Amino acid sequence: MTVMQHVWIVLGVLFVLLNIAAGLIWLERRMLALWQDRLGPNRAGPFGLFIVLADTLKLFFKEDWIPPFADKKIFVIAPAIVVASVLMTFVIIPFAPHIVVADLNVGILFFLAMSSLGVYSIVLGGWASNNKYSLLGALRGASQMISYEVFMGLSLMGVVMLTGSFNLGDIVAAQHKVWYVFTQPLGFVIFLIAGIAETHRLPFDIPEAESELVAGFHAEYSGMKFGMFFIGEYLGVTMISAMTVVLFFGGWSGPFLPPLLWFTIKTFAFIMLFILLRASLPRPRYDQLMEYGWKVLLPLVLINLMATGAIALWLRGSH
Amino acid sequence: MFSHFRTIWLTFLHMFRKRATIEYPEEKVPLHPRWRGRIVLTQDPDGGERCVACYLCAAACPVDCIALQATEDENGRRYPDFFRINFSRCIYCGFCEEACPTYAIQLIPDFEMAEYNRQNLVFEKEDLSIKSQGKYPGYNFYKVAGMDAGVKQKGHGENEEAPVDIHSLLP
Repeated sequence: MTVMQHVWIVLGVLFVLLNIAAGLIWLERRMLALWQDRLGPNRAGPFGLFIVLADTLKLFFKEDWIPPFADKKIFVIAPAIVVASVLMTFVIIPFAPHIVVADLNVGILFFLAMSSLGVYSIVLGGWASNNKYSLLGALRGASQMISYEVFMGLSLMGVVMLTGSFNLGDIVAAQHKVWYVFTQPLGFVIFLIAGIAETHRLPFDIPEAESELVAGFHAEYSGMKFGMFFIGEYLGVTMISAMTVVLFFGGWSGPFLPPLLWFTIKTFAFIMLFILLRASLPRPRYDQLMEYGWKVLLPLVLINLMATGAIALWLRGSH
Repeated sequence: MFSHFRTIWLTFLHMFRKRATIEYPEEKVPLHPRWRGRIVLTQDPDGGERCVACYLCAAACPVDCIALQATEDENGRRYPDFFRINFSRCIYCGFCEEACPTYAIQLIPDFEMAEYNRQNLVFEKEDLSIKSQGKYPGYNFYKVAGMDAGVKQKGHGENEEAPVDIHSLLP
């Protein structure tokens, strides 16, 4: 590939992702309304799509306030970290054959590293806000994301073992016969749960928990800084959906339709699932979440890991 | 764990339910006849104004949004010189309608009276008066009760007996 092709891929991915993240505002509101017997935003433009423009304009023109008691530098940097780290994750995702920004041979490790970096934005944002609710949200966010990071990493190891590679392109190629969701069902479920916790979406939005912590770690944020957290969350949803598709649902592979379309369809199916979960499940208590993680998911994921390893070894021995 | 999946499934099924939303400007909300909205001043069947400027509505109004001044015509019939309702203060409680002895002031099912200028919400008598008898057709206060104000003679009203002749001995 030439240099220009790389540049076009990078720009294209960036453009599409940011638009999807903004469009998800509309999609989420419409879908939530659909599942709550309402209509949702349907006034501005066709199907109310211009609500995205209105929301963005509103965010730009709102007062961009930095509280006088805040730690100003960190307060400004924190929202940028979440967007940057999530966007960096998309670097390794193969959207279609040859449409990938960087074909890293440590793809999954890079993904795990970048999603861990996202914790910094929550911790620093909550800390720099100098507000007790923000700090509580940040504490919760940090412990939740660090503990769920463990299961997320371990749940992917089954896939890595079966493929024998960390490269996402190889993983997609290895699924051309059977998707890993059938050979690694437990790994898929745990990855999905950990992914929801990782993006701190409902029902695991404990760092935000508006009913107890005002808005959690971003309680002091306004204007486009809040918008960055917002966009970061939607990018995170897209990222986890895309990763699930790549790792467990055969990525771009599928009959008849072009690969990019298959990838988009599958990803949006998971985004819908995220929204459906938000519409239906209540938030667990903080200690329940941690208990569930360490006492249920960790043993399960270890069993999955051992069983996969044993079966993989047995298959290799029988050859 | 099963209940979680059941919850998700039931929420999903809500997709096919009827929407609860009424898209207001295109789709009107049905208002009941007794709905308390805009205040009007009604007429009696002869086309005269029912209001006798008794000030009872102004006294009953909990937010003091009604202002009026009583006056009389040449027959001694009372009517309001001006009648002013400030709808930016009105809370549509309907106490004025309850207080009114002549069914003149009535609340009708209409709420679409938003204005850009606050002063435009102050309605004068000509804005309030409607050419209708409102909820009580056929009622004319002066024909039922009250003094001779050019509408009826003493003892000539509906269901009204002639005055007792105090100079006669017959019952």
